[in-house]
Amino acid sequence: MDFNDTPEEAAFRAEARAWLEANAEPLAPGEQPAGLEGRFDPDMVHKAQEWQRKKADAGWACITWPKEYGGRGATPIQAVIWSQEEARFKTPPNIFAIGQGMLGPTIMVHGTEEQKRRYLPPMLRGDEIWCQLFSEPAAGSDLAGLRTTAVRDGDDWIINGQKIWTTGAQYSKWGMIVTRTDPNAEKHRGITYFIVDMQSPGIEIRPIKQMNGMSSFNEVFFTDVRVPDRNRIGDVNDGWRCALTTLMNERHAIGGGAGGPEFRDLLRLARTVMWNGKPALQDAGVRQRLAEFYVRAKGLQYTSYRVQTALSRGQTPGPESSIGKLVGAPLRQNMAAFALDLEGAAASLLDLRAPEGALWQLAYLGSPGLRLAGGTDEILRNIIAERVLGLPPEIRVDKGVPFKDVPTGPRP
Amino acid sequence: MNFDFSDDQKLLRENVRSFLAKEAPLAVCRQVLETATAYATSLWQAVATQGWLGTAIPENYGGAGFGRLELAVIAEELGRVLAPIPFSSSVYLASEALLVAGTDEQKRRYLPPLSRGEWIGTVAHFEGPGDPGNRPVKTVVRSGKLTGVKMPVTDGDVADFALVTAKSGRDLGLAIVDLHAREVQRERLDSIDPSRSLASLRFERVPIEWLGGRPCGSDTVQHIFNRAAVLYAFEQLGGAQRAFEITREYTLNRYAFGRPIASFQALKHRLADWYVELELTRSNCYYGAWALSNEAPELAVAACGARVAATNTFELASKEMIQMHGGMGFTWEHDAHLFYRRARYLAAVLGPAPVWRERLITCLERREQAS
Ligand SMILES: Cc1cc2nc3c(=O)[nH]c(=O)nc-3n(C[C@H](O)[C@H](O)[C@H](O)COP(=O)(O)OP(=O)(O)OC[C@H]3O[C@@H](n4cnc5c(N)ncnc54)[C@H](O)[C@@H]3O)c2cc1C
Repeated sequence: MDFNDTPEEAAFRAEARAWLEANAEPLAPGEQPAGLEGRFDPDMVHKAQEWQRKKADAGWACITWPKEYGGRGATPIQAVIWSQEEARFKTPPNIFAIGQGMLGPTIMVHGTEEQKRRYLPPMLRGDEIWCQLFSEPAAGSDLAGLRTTAVRDGDDWIINGQKIWTTGAQYSKWGMIVTRTDPNAEKHRGITYFIVDMQSPGIEIRPIKQMNGMSSFNEVFFTDVRVPDRNRIGDVNDGWRCALTTLMNERHAIGGGAGGPEFRDLLRLARTVMWNGKPALQDAGVRQRLAEFYVRAKGLQYTSYRVQTALSRGQTPGPESSIGKLVGAPLRQNMAAFALDLEGAAASLLDLRAPEGALWQLAYLGSPGLRLAGGTDEILRNIIAERVLGLPPEIRVDKGVPFKDVPTGPRP
Repeated sequence: MNFDFSDDQKLLRENVRSFLAKEAPLAVCRQVLETATAYATSLWQAVATQGWLGTAIPENYGGAGFGRLELAVIAEELGRVLAPIPFSSSVYLASEALLVAGTDEQKRRYLPPLSRGEWIGTVAHFEGPGDPGNRPVKTVVRSGKLTGVKMPVTDGDVADFALVTAKSGRDLGLAIVDLHAREVQRERLDSIDPSRSLASLRFERVPIEWLGGRPCGSDTVQHIFNRAAVLYAFEQLGGAQRAFEITREYTLNRYAFGRPIASFQALKHRLADWYVELELTRSNCYYGAWALSNEAPELAVAACGARVAATNTFELASKEMIQMHGGMGFTWEHDAHLFYRRARYLAAVLGPAPVWRERLITCLERREQAS
């Protein structure tokens, strides 16, 4: 067991750091990449693209991707080192994660060579942003319950229906959409996966205001939208298999911590906020809670090191990797709730005069979404129970019958 | 980065596991629990013959000369079988303390018989209920003689000697006390886990020698406890993991309402959460093992983290084990209470979780001040 960088890893880290130092501004100790001010920046997309291009030109974008698509064929460990280093600098929010972390890998596994060459390089450079058109009003956890249809028409498909919760649809060039192509087949069998141009006629995007006041996700309506058959990923009616690749990558992408305050920020708050005339950190009860948060946060971090070790030995990342989001998201929410307790009445402020520029208020309001997006806590528990622990699957009433006969709630 | 045990260490685990599967089924633990025996002497003999007691003791002191990672592997396996032997006292506490702070002469005298299992050692620190924290130890040494009462002392009834925390003037140290001396009165106490024993030790001007020749100071004492905490954590992790495996198996085979109870989401989700806790704890333990085997400056923080996680998780595991077994789980006949008792015993004898949480934050504060 050796916790330090190998000489090669250390050399790689130094190279990464040198480039970052020459091209970005380091974060001051305790500074957050995006505080209250950074959140509503209308210029955010442009800034993010600028940073992404700069990285791509220097070979620091999607470094694990093969060279022919713009990557550098880096190892998973190198990817971790890069993201650790990049996190120490002021960078715009990563609006490319859905494409690069989930859809790109799906194209790599299920796409044709032509599709890979067409879509992957501009995805890597951030020139083309992607969104994931999976969820529907009646199909979230139960994604395979989707009803948006695609019907063949010569060399095209015609799509009708509605998607919802689509993050980044408003600034995306492309979307990856799962559609129902055979309602008479069993639910998981009649699904086909496409790439759709978000500027196509017949697409209407309406932003949804989230509980935290932001609007990063949208409703997307499809009315007779034409998609050429060459934009199909995988075989007709074999889309569920491709969707699973996306979902698997999603859990990895989201599991990896997604910004926001961390334990050390909580410790700093406990040191600065006064309780009974003393810093809260001197309170025995506060210390007990802090220790629990620390042990959990570290357990998660070291678990990711175990996953990386497995990867670097050429083993498939074990099921441990599915616990990241299930632990990380509630941890964020619980730390935020505790931080707000520490702030006293000032916890009620969503204002720059709130402690730490309202860092914890924002985390409190944003974290419920983390527990839902990309597989809810409950769905993740089902996955761990069934796939990792081999416990019996749920009793199903939607298997072995044509999709159109599956029971539903009242239709709107 | 390489955050895993090596292939050799994994092979060692396999060997230890299959050996213990034969030598230490849970019936061995139960036998000690149900009879007046203090520990399983034949298992102790077998473990000594395997050379495990001297795993981390250098060869020139009669040990096998491996490191703490190998010891951690063995600790986890002993935890899995709830080994009813004074391994933790004699190895994680006494032998390790001698290695850290003993003089060469002391090492030569104590370590060879310890590694052969001929002597049993322990550490005697607690002086009754409550958290000793920074409260001064009342046991004192004057003119080379120690006076005081220690209670409870893990394996104090069977140990041949104890390292006793004591004050000399204002200095704290560890005094080596021969427990067969006539100035020592020992009394076996009933234990919450009768498969692991406890005693009270009363010292009336017993002659001592300081570990290291003079009082080693409270930092060294704490360092010794931190090191032991990592190894205890592996034992706790092993117990928690085994409880999980037994329970998972049971829920797959027990039917209610025409289904295996493992198919009820209320249980499925709790088993998933339990698994998550095991994985997080394992990771914290690995970090502790890394810090221990590398003498890393992070040891104090790492040890507190491993200890807190492992104590929490063994408690969770032993509670869930009973709950998911239903009425059967509450019987004397079922093994669940062996885990429940052992979890509490291991939590207590090195100081319970709240003490280690407090210590963790203290260490983090110190580390921040230093940087
Ligand atoms: C911030 C955010 C961003 C998102 N971005 C995208 C995106 O870009 N693209 C996209 O396609 N989707 C996106 N989503 C949608 C997300 O994937 C779904 O919200 C999620 O899968 C849950 O589906 P649902 O909302 O329909 O809730 P439901 O599935 O109706 O769930 C309601 C409740 O029932 C529980 N539940 C459901 N089934 C089970 C079961 N079998 N066992 C136990 N409990 C169950 C759930 O855990 C939940 O608590 C986003 C969501 C959020 C919050």
